[in-house]
Amino acid sequence: MNLIKEHPILEFHHARKVTFSFDGRSLEGYEGEPIASALHANKIRIYRETPKTKRPRGFFCAIGKCSSCFMTVDGVPNVRICVTPLKAGMVVQSQKGNGSVPWSEPEAQKEGDGLA
Amino acid sequence: MRETEVLVIGGGPAGLSAAVEAASHGCDVTLVDSDLALGGQLVKQTHKFFGSEAEYAGTRGIKIAKILFEELEAAKDRVTVLSNTTANGFYPDDGVVALVKDEEEYIRLRPKKTIVATGAMERLLPFPNNDAPGVYGAGAIQTLMNVYGVFPGERVLMIGAGNIGLIVSYQLMQAGVEIAGIVEFMPKVGGYWVHAAKVRRLGVPIYLRHTITDAIVEKGVVAGAHIQRVDEKGRPTEEIRKIDCDTICMAVGLIPTAEILWQAGCKMTYVPELCGHVPQRNAFMQTTNPNFWVAGDASGIEEASAAMVEGRISGISIARALGRIQGEAFQERYLELWQRLSNLRAGEVGAKIRSGLEKCSNCGCDWGEEA
Ligand SMILES: Cc1cc2nc3c(=O)[nH]c(=O)nc-3n(C[C@H](O)[C@H](O)[C@H](O)COP(=O)(O)OP(=O)(O)OC[C@H]3O[C@@H](n4cnc5c(N)ncnc54)[C@H](O)[C@@H]3O)c2cc1C
Repeated sequence: MNLIKEHPILEFHHARKVTFSFDGRSLEGYEGEPIASALHANKIRIYRETPKTKRPRGFFCAIGKCSSCFMTVDGVPNVRICVTPLKAGMVVQSQKGNGSVPWSEPEAQKEGDGLA
Repeated sequence: MRETEVLVIGGGPAGLSAAVEAASHGCDVTLVDSDLALGGQLVKQTHKFFGSEAEYAGTRGIKIAKILFEELEAAKDRVTVLSNTTANGFYPDDGVVALVKDEEEYIRLRPKKTIVATGAMERLLPFPNNDAPGVYGAGAIQTLMNVYGVFPGERVLMIGAGNIGLIVSYQLMQAGVEIAGIVEFMPKVGGYWVHAAKVRRLGVPIYLRHTITDAIVEKGVVAGAHIQRVDEKGRPTEEIRKIDCDTICMAVGLIPTAEILWQAGCKMTYVPELCGHVPQRNAFMQTTNPNFWVAGDASGIEEASAAMVEGRISGISIARALGRIQGEAFQERYLELWQRLSNLRAGEVGAKIRSGLEKCSNCGCDWGEEA
C-alpha cells in the first residue's frame, strides 16, 4: 500500500489489515478506515462512470457531500465510499450509471450481499 | 421517535464546544456527525494556530482537538455521541430531524433546541475536466494524508494561495509529496506572510496572476494542467504554461453548509464577506427560528478559534433558554465569551468579518426575549 511512513509531526496508527475485493481483484486495506482511503492507498482513483456522458469520477470532498465517489458496495449502489468504513471481505465495485437496487432477489440478499 | 433536549449537528470545533458548554450547565445533548470520527477540520490541522491565547494560539490543531475530546469525555454522562450519522432533513410540521446512522439506520429525533454546526463545503472552479479523478478539494487531501496517512498523489498543483492553499502545500511537502506550483489569480498571496515564507523557502513556484484553464486527462485521470497568465484586469493573456502533475488541489475557498437552516425556515442573507448564504442571528447565535442556533463556519467562514467561542455562546444561551442558567451566572460567562470573540475579531485581520457580520446580526442584545 502507498502509505506515508515517515512524518515530522504525525504518527499513524492503523487498525487491523483486512482483504476486500475491488472489481474482482483482491486488495488490502485497514478495517474501519474509509473505503476511499483503502482504494487510494492501492493507487485506484476511478470509482464510477457517470450515467449520461460516461465520464470517470473519483474522490473529491471526503465529507460525504459531493456524490463524486459513489460505488456499489456489497450490492448496494450509490454508497459514499469516502465516509463508509471498510470491513473484511467487502465487495466493492465500480459503479456504472445510476445503479439499481436488487429488489427482485430478496433471498440472495439474505445470503450474503450485505443487505440483510 | 427519539427525543433529546439539545441536538448539536456537526462535531467540529464549533459543535464540540457547543455540546460541552450546554452539558456543563446541565442540558442533555445529542451530538451527531456524518464523519466516521469527530473533530471536523480540526483533526487535519498539523500546524500551530493563530488567534488568541484563550483559544490556544500556538497550539497545533490536532492538539486542540484532543483538548476538546477530553472535555467531551468528561461530559459523557450528558452527551450522547453518534458518529457516521448524517442529519438529512428537518421536518417543520412535527419538529423532527431525520438522521441516517451508518448508512442504514433511520432515526427520527425530536430535539427541543438544535445547534447547527455543520461547517463548510469546498468551492470548485469551472474549467474543462474539473470532474476528473485527481481534482480534489483541499480538505479531502488533508483527510487522506493527515488522518489516514495515505498519499493523495505524487505531484500536486495547488490552486489558490490563501492560507489553506499555503498550509496544505506545506503539509504535502512534510508528507513527502512534490508541489508542482501554486496558482493564484490575485497579484499577491492572500494567506499570512509566515505561511507564504515557508513554502517559498522550499522553492515552490507561486504563479501570481494566473488561473487554471483545464486539467489534462490521460487514462481517465489527471495527468497535468494548463495555467494561463491574466492581465491586471483579470483577462486571460496569451501566456499559457503546461504543468505536469497527477493531482490538482482546489483551495479556492469554502461555502457555509446551510441546508438544515434553510429547511428550518431561518432567514438567510447572502454575505460575500462570510462566503455565502448565512442565517440572521442575534447576540445569542440564535436564528430567526427560535429553536435553531448556529455556530462556526456554518454561520460564516471564519476560523476554528472563533468557531469554538461561537459554539460556547450558543451552548450557554440554549442552557439559558431551557432555564438551566440565568441571572449573573449567565451574564458573567456570556460576557466573558463575547469578550474573547471580540478579541479574535479585533484589528485589521478581523475587518472583513466584522463588516460581514453587520449584514446578518441584529445585535439588539434582546436580553429579555426567551426562546
Ligand atoms: C488548511 C486549513 C487551515 C486552517 N488553519 C486555521 C488556523 O490556523 N486557525 C484557525 O483558527 N482556523 C483554521 N482553519 C479553519 C478551521 O479549521 C475552521 O474554521 C473550523 O474547523 C470550523 O469549525 P466548524 O466546527 O464550524 O466546522 P468543521 O470543522 O467543518 O466541522 C463541521 C462538522 O460537521 C459535520 N457535518 C456537516 N454536515 C452534517 C450533517 N448534515 N449531519 C451531521 N454532521 C454534519 C462534518 O462532518 C464536520 O465534522 C483552517 C482550515 C483549513 C482547511
